[in-house]
Amino acid sequence: MSAHQHPHEEQDFLFKYVFSQDHKMISKQFLITGFIMGFIGLSMSTLFRLQLGFPGESFWIIDFLLGSWAENGVMLPDKYLALVTMHGTIMVFFLLTAGLSGTFSNLLIPLQIGARDMASGFLNMLSYWFFFVSSVIMLISLGVEGGAASAGWTIYPPLSALPQAIPGSGLGMTLWLVAMAIFIASSLLGSLNYIVTILNLRTKGMTMTRLPLTIWSFLITAIVGVISFPVLLAAALLLVFDRSFGTSFYLSDIYIGGQVLEHSGGSPILFEHLFWFLGHPEVYIVLLPALGITSEIVSTMSRKPIFGYRAMITSMLAIGFLSAIVWGHHMFVTGMNPFLGAVFTFTTLLIAIPSAVKVFNYITTLWKGNIKFSPAMLFSIGLVSTFISGGLTGLILGDSALDINVHDTYFVVGHFHIVMGLSGIFGMIAGVYHWFPKIFGRMLNNNLGNAHFWITIVSSYGIFFPMHFLGLAGVPRRYYTNSEFPLFENLLDINTLITWFAILAFAGQLIFFFNFVYSALRGPKAPQNPWKGNSLEWTTGVKHMHGNWPGEIPTVHRWPYDYSKLNENGDYVTGEDFIPQIVPLGEGELDGGGH
Amino acid sequence: MIALVAIVAVLLVIATAVQILKIAELRATESGKEIYEISAKQSKAQAFLLMVFLVAYFGFFAWQVWKWGGLMLPVSASEHGVGVDELMNITLWFIIPVFIITHIFLFWFSYKYSFSETRKALFFSHSNKLEMFWTIIPSVALTVLILVGLSNWNKIMTPISSETEHVLLEVCGQQFMWGARYAGKDGKLGRASVEYIEGVNALGIDVSDENSKDDKIVKGEFHLPVGVPVQFVFRSQDVLHSAYMPHFRAQMNCVPGLKTQFNFTPTITTAEMKEKTQNENFEYILLCNKICGAAHYNMQMNIVVESKEDYEKWLAEQKEFGAE
Repeated sequence: MSAHQHPHEEQDFLFKYVFSQDHKMISKQFLITGFIMGFIGLSMSTLFRLQLGFPGESFWIIDFLLGSWAENGVMLPDKYLALVTMHGTIMVFFLLTAGLSGTFSNLLIPLQIGARDMASGFLNMLSYWFFFVSSVIMLISLGVEGGAASAGWTIYPPLSALPQAIPGSGLGMTLWLVAMAIFIASSLLGSLNYIVTILNLRTKGMTMTRLPLTIWSFLITAIVGVISFPVLLAAALLLVFDRSFGTSFYLSDIYIGGQVLEHSGGSPILFEHLFWFLGHPEVYIVLLPALGITSEIVSTMSRKPIFGYRAMITSMLAIGFLSAIVWGHHMFVTGMNPFLGAVFTFTTLLIAIPSAVKVFNYITTLWKGNIKFSPAMLFSIGLVSTFISGGLTGLILGDSALDINVHDTYFVVGHFHIVMGLSGIFGMIAGVYHWFPKIFGRMLNNNLGNAHFWITIVSSYGIFFPMHFLGLAGVPRRYYTNSEFPLFENLLDINTLITWFAILAFAGQLIFFFNFVYSALRGPKAPQNPWKGNSLEWTTGVKHMHGNWPGEIPTVHRWPYDYSKLNENGDYVTGEDFIPQIVPLGEGELDGGGH
Repeated sequence: MIALVAIVAVLLVIATAVQILKIAELRATESGKEIYEISAKQSKAQAFLLMVFLVAYFGFFAWQVWKWGGLMLPVSASEHGVGVDELMNITLWFIIPVFIITHIFLFWFSYKYSFSETRKALFFSHSNKLEMFWTIIPSVALTVLILVGLSNWNKIMTPISSETEHVLLEVCGQQFMWGARYAGKDGKLGRASVEYIEGVNALGIDVSDENSKDDKIVKGEFHLPVGVPVQFVFRSQDVLHSAYMPHFRAQMNCVPGLKTQFNFTPTITTAEMKEKTQNENFEYILLCNKICGAAHYNMQMNIVVESKEDYEKWLAEQKEFGAE
């Protein structure tokens, strides 16, 4: 009954494009939905950058796009917070979690491990449709009375619990919570499917140590997600109880709007613990797939095996494990017991070790390579750069004594946008350039891709690097304007510069969207293996088919990184500089680069 | 009308771009190649741009330090803050070189090993020695950072013992203002709770509590004596706030239903800081650093640090709570 037994069955439109259970179609759905959400999130940030760069100035575009959220072309202070909140939510969850993992886990897991499809096509389809419904609800919440959720993407109560505290905590916050609950269901369905598929459906010969690093990263990401997302669901449900049913999980001793509330005995810090128990692993749910994708690209485009394959896996496992025990570093100054602060400082700084190993391994992979700079490779180099630049400032924020003074300032905004935002998005975009031929059967235009990369990297550093200086000058994040403080009056130039770069970054992404749409429809037809890669996805046909391989699923004989392998005479073993995984090992030939 | 013109203009730009792409593809095909193939020359051009970027990136970094370095927070005005600043410098001395060196290697290798038809890449899959080396080096460096960091943290977080002479000051946050309360002669803060908030009693102080009689409530600004430790107690009566005093390297959240604390010893008076920063209008401030609502961006209170005599004079002028 499933497609497995009838690979050539013709399907009608509804089941082929809409309620598809084919992982490649679901991957496309995730990609396109994720990009639409990402574009909305990006536009929001450009709008509120206008307010920050030119505080109080009137813009017709703000009037035009924001309607009742603005007055005379200037956005209202609480709606500024709504934009910031929705920007964060959309970027972190809808673009960089569902958009990134949903697209590439779905596309690559069956193709790279040699499976006909995901373990459960039906759950996979549900995962997408839950995500879709969640996206729609999140967008609807922009239009309700009181505006969208405005308590920051971390939605700390009591601000998020009390409509008296900010209008966005009314219906807007209710919809936010509903959307996120559905989103979490989607994420869990997806993650369970990824884990089961990777563990059970590998083709003959595909041992765990022959998996491409992409698959390892998706596996670890999915495990981290399954462990931590349910906790956010619990946190959100308890918040719903507090908001609607009069419980006091997070609320106590509150006087607002001229009256004392009945809530008593709860603690907002409980919410912070529950939130960050997901919130911090979430950073790695975003990062790990990006790192997996770029590991694959850096190796393929350098024509060299990824350096330290096993160390890369160990590092990812270590990062995945540590990510679950560092959440308290978001709470050093919340009033949490200082002893806990010390423990979390210790575990947090430990993450720097596996991260450093990964960086050094990337750099060594480039050494004596033969590097072809496709746009995907440029974005991968960009990722290594942002991972270093943003990761190093983490040593300041993770150190509790230093965090006291930079906590919640623009220093944090600069740090996490570079290390998580940029690295995540660079990894995702690199993946799109690299696997576009696998997704759409056509090639993206390289020149436009290069232009996109250069505009993006220049403008993103132009946006986020100066933010460290704002933070060191003491500017708090989530301020509608800095003009109320004489202390900050000399800093307006920095904000104006950042806004110009933000506009440039926005323009750069338009190039990408044009390239994406044009190439998907009209781009040159892709060859089967455009980058001369070793992994299994390049043995499937350009045109998508159910079941992925027309005949038998190929058997795997070696790891995926046999690039530029020479025999005793100094010639390439197969006559070309790559040996696909389906090629049997020669006599006396060591697998896994001799690991 | 303007919108219509804009839409037509955008469509024209897209149509032009499509045509240009089509022409480029045709030209590539005529020369016997596919447009998506990347030649050694094209690869080299991108590699060259990467080198240009590296220089520009470092240049941008240096330019920012030069241009904005002077706008950063001035020297720490608290005792523990000096230690924090030192730790910051140690950390920067560690991360800036790592930042520079890793970037040089990353971009230099990208440039040097850009694609060539003739060269063969080196099959180099792992080296236990190298990997051990760059696991151990960061481990050692981090051990140092962790130890120095934690010794600072523990010092900062130790509350002032009751025997030491100190000022006890409560700071209470509400949307969107701060209130401050001195403990008064008895050195004890009277009981307070949201239940008691009524009319002028905006901080919700229990009038029946003996300890609250001599408490002193101030608005707009509070004063601190230089060289005397200050024990802060923080409260909030509605949502989360965060009491951030950047010049003292001090910050603590204000949590409804929970009293939090922080302490520091101011070391530089406001007058001295005016001289140091050469800014006549310099003021220490307390600002809110946890999103708390629409006017979060404007929730401030001035802090005046002065000599002990001046402080006592000022405090004597403030009314006792019980006197009202």
